[in-house]
Amino acid sequence: MLSKRIIPCLDVKDGRTVKGVNFVDLRDAGDPVELAWQYSNQGADELVFLDITATHEKRKTTIEMVKAVARQVNIPFTIGGGISEIKDAEALLNAGADKISINSAAVRNPQLINDLAKAFGVQFVVLAVDTKHLPIGDFVHLNGGRIATEIETQKWIKEAEQRGAGEILLTSMDKDGTKSGFDNVLLKQINDLVSIPVIASGGAGSSEDFVDVFKLTDVDAALAASVFHYGEILIPELKALLKKEQIEIRL
Amino acid sequence: MIGIVNYGAGNIFSLTAALDRLGLRYGMINSEAEFDLYEKIIIPGVGHAGTAMQKLSDTGLVPKIKSLNKPVLGICVGMQLLTEFSEEGNSQLLDIVPLKTLRFRELESKKVPHMGWNRVYSNSGQPLFNGIASGAYFYFVHSYFIEFNPNFTVAYCDYGIKFSAAIQNNNFYGVQFHPEKSGEAGETLLKNFANL
Repeated sequence: MLSKRIIPCLDVKDGRTVKGVNFVDLRDAGDPVELAWQYSNQGADELVFLDITATHEKRKTTIEMVKAVARQVNIPFTIGGGISEIKDAEALLNAGADKISINSAAVRNPQLINDLAKAFGVQFVVLAVDTKHLPIGDFVHLNGGRIATEIETQKWIKEAEQRGAGEILLTSMDKDGTKSGFDNVLLKQINDLVSIPVIASGGAGSSEDFVDVFKLTDVDAALAASVFHYGEILIPELKALLKKEQIEIRL
Repeated sequence: MIGIVNYGAGNIFSLTAALDRLGLRYGMINSEAEFDLYEKIIIPGVGHAGTAMQKLSDTGLVPKIKSLNKPVLGICVGMQLLTEFSEEGNSQLLDIVPLKTLRFRELESKKVPHMGWNRVYSNSGQPLFNGIASGAYFYFVHSYFIEFNPNFTVAYCDYGIKFSAAIQNNNFYGVQFHPEKSGEAGETLLKNFANL
């Protein structure tokens, strides 16, 4: 059986990881390569790097970082942030990235999904969606949840699948940072709606939250940042718990 | 030394990085004569099988590849190229292993692509899987699979349907998963191939 994936997400700025990471034996918490290596040794199934300052000028730094990660790490990883053209994606692919994630660029130009899927295959294209619940439904938000759009989340995800997205990374902005668990209601709805893999994001606070998201929604993967970086959840312990709960997991 | 067939089907940075980490020496093969420089050959490949076959044909290296009697390893689409046919673009392939490459149908509500870590069950005594437990996890990303056939399947995987995770016909080997992205198990497999 295909195992459920546990994915730490690292924010990157100018080729360096940001946000506190307090692994005891870490020499340089800002070094994405060392962090990636640590996570892969702990049993992470995949990594996501989110380039939070991606601009064309800074792109070269990111490419060098991607190459360094690909040289050292033997698990797959995704790069997101600032990808709006085929040539951005191609440079990342050639540097060793397994997937790229696109978010606001796809909202502005949905054809980008088709173009990327055609050029590199659907398996390369992750559509990241930031969603917020409003009284009249769930809506896509941009810029980390600050800008609302009039696009309904469910409708957008279905459209993206048809256009050639190979995977959905769904972040609930209502849950993000709350540590109150994933948005299992919405995730189940989205997961049932599509026939491509779905990654749950936003709200992880405890290992039990991961048990819940896999049991209640059957999503393919769950992503978190701070709970892993601050050592609040240790991946080996999390995976042992998931295994005990009869969830298919790679140990 | 390992020769990697350089025919432009996808990025090989991750593969060469894995070989570097393992201290396995390699070079690129661009011409027929260069096959003689290496003891082992890898055919990489990602993307569309039909397009990959077209690119490989364009290099003119196909007759040489078919005549090889040193160990050859096809990875992912590189493995699919070894089969006779793919439903992807209804493409005729190398026909070195008489099997077909088929598309996952949405049976049992499985998702396509098959993406992530899945268990690989290998036949005992398989040199490629030396030191790797049967049932070990490998990383897969693919929408097409090679049918299961006890004569050529040396390791299988189950994704709603039992399919070939690894095949062998004489000196030709293929793996559907990405050993370069499959943690320690993948690295062991690459070392085993180098030691064949």
